[in-house]
Amino acid sequence: MDLLNDIFFDYTLRNVILGAMTLGLVSGALGSFAVLRKQSLLGDAISHAALPGIALAFLFTGSKSTMVLLLGAALAGWIATLLMLNIVRTTRVKEDSALGLVLSVFFGFGLVLLTYLQKIPNAAQAGLEKFLFGQAATILFEDVLVVAVVGVAIGLVTILFWKEFKLISFDPDFGAALGFPVNRLNILLTSLLVVAIVLGLQMVGVVLMSAMIVAPAAAARQWTNNMSVMVWLSAAFGAMAGIAGSVLSSLVPRLPTGPTIVLCVSAIVVLSLFLAPARGLVWDWIRQRRNIRQFHSEAVLIDLYSLAMQHKDLSHAHKAGVLETMNLNRAAVRRNLQILLQNGFVRQLKNDLWSLSESGIQKAQELLRRHEAE
Amino acid sequence: MSNNTIELAVKVEDLTVAYRDKPVLWDVDAEIPKGVLMAIVGPNGAGKTTLIKSILGLVKPVAGDVRIFGNPYEKFRKRVAYVPQRRTVDWDFPTSVLDLVLMGRYGALGWFKRVRQADRRLAEEALEKVGMLEYKNRQISELSGGQQQRAFLARALVQEAEIYLMDEPFQGVDATTERAIVDLLRSLRAAGKTVAVVHHDLQTVGDYFDWVFLLNVRRIACGPVSEVFNETNLRKAYGGRIAFMSAGNGNGDRLAITSEETNYNEPI
Repeated sequence: MDLLNDIFFDYTLRNVILGAMTLGLVSGALGSFAVLRKQSLLGDAISHAALPGIALAFLFTGSKSTMVLLLGAALAGWIATLLMLNIVRTTRVKEDSALGLVLSVFFGFGLVLLTYLQKIPNAAQAGLEKFLFGQAATILFEDVLVVAVVGVAIGLVTILFWKEFKLISFDPDFGAALGFPVNRLNILLTSLLVVAIVLGLQMVGVVLMSAMIVAPAAAARQWTNNMSVMVWLSAAFGAMAGIAGSVLSSLVPRLPTGPTIVLCVSAIVVLSLFLAPARGLVWDWIRQRRNIRQFHSEAVLIDLYSLAMQHKDLSHAHKAGVLETMNLNRAAVRRNLQILLQNGFVRQLKNDLWSLSESGIQKAQELLRRHEAE
Repeated sequence: MSNNTIELAVKVEDLTVAYRDKPVLWDVDAEIPKGVLMAIVGPNGAGKTTLIKSILGLVKPVAGDVRIFGNPYEKFRKRVAYVPQRRTVDWDFPTSVLDLVLMGRYGALGWFKRVRQADRRLAEEALEKVGMLEYKNRQISELSGGQQQRAFLARALVQEAEIYLMDEPFQGVDATTERAIVDLLRSLRAAGKTVAVVHHDLQTVGDYFDWVFLLNVRRIACGPVSEVFNETNLRKAYGGRIAFMSAGNGNGDRLAITSEETNYNEPI
């Protein structure tokens, strides 16, 4: 009950939960587009590239206000993005190399600036290094409001341009042939991504923020084959991770909020990879087992049929031992006979004597026809 | 073929396209008369895809001019439908067949507007025409190569265009689908539409098409299949990489051709 009490009445915890939830919603939704466009690493590059923006914003303005610093971050992230898009468009450098280049150059420059600023007395207290891994406890209600307002704006733009964003995500050439300004839409969509990432820097930090972009979307993709469902689900996963991460870190002393949120979203990914119905590894495995078992029991059925063909009466019974000599997998013959029995394809006359039923004969003939056709 | 009595659906003049310093198309003129079914033929790297993309404004030419019914492309964009190569998209994208086909309506809808019931009906009709209606709710990753191609064709059909530009619609499809596509192309021509198709199988050019454009970076020939699809022009386009088997049935109006070019696929 203490926890419930804290959630509603503890100023810091409430802000952290609200902020993390909204952040998860926004980054999850926009992350879907990044993942579908095979730009998962773009988020990583943008967030790392934001670091020098934060340092420069402080250097030029001397302000410690989160808003000012984040504006600097947004500007740097945006410049880095345009640089990347242009490198890919105008040079032979491929997208992954361009991302790596921009990420390391900007992040390296950011670290140099940060180290330099540490030596300036006033700057040491500005707490710029909190943007490396995020420091959720510093979030104020005003910050939450900003995140919420910007998040709603991003959501509205996404809904407005839904059709266009979907088109350029799936088939940009076709979109261009239809007359849509694909390049400008591309910049718009990527700019939204920049804003979403910058929103998360205070809580999660530049190093881990890309997880909030990629992970919810990757998890959501496992569960659905519908793009709008995927975007909503991804937003929901992001929000869930945000809430869970901030509550967990409030319960355990010295558990940092940002990394905990990232761990929560990673847990959702792992669960989705294993458990999602159509794509999950567990179901894959079960399906495969079922196929193998069916294949084996069909082989036994055909063996029994070929034995029966040597008699006038197709329902002539044979011993399981005979079938075992015909089958490589001897141990499984009796189990497969039980499966065939359950399906009504065979009859058990005495404890070890088996014969084909009417439907078993039909099934065997159908299987043989199919084998011949292949 | 600068016959002035024929109305031209597409007229390309002096088109030159280069990727870096390497010319892909060099000073190419092309005329696609209204109502023809044209094959665009040439060896790998001849610039066939680039030609189609330049007509659509997807590739910026170094020089040259493209006219659609005598007008600049920007004005007549809605009259041109496009079927890109199947391999250019990710078929694991989370969308259904119907949704994919509906993308062909996005141009007519314009900004911000949502798909309406009328668009859905059009998409279903198009799927019916390509024999894919029963697959409309199928996830696109579950389609076979031939079905993917049919879905792409349906997406072009709902554009309700006058001119159809198709990039290798026969690539990697089975015989049944090839038959269905040919029937569809013919019905488009019968409806007065103009169709230009990048085609790889030289042996079927005479059966499927009535017009042909032979290309190898430069224009080799452009005209009716019966007039320009001959040994001389094919040798010009393909060089020594082609073997001519026989001159046909005595009238000499058909060529049986084998070419190594038909055996492998052109990179995107």
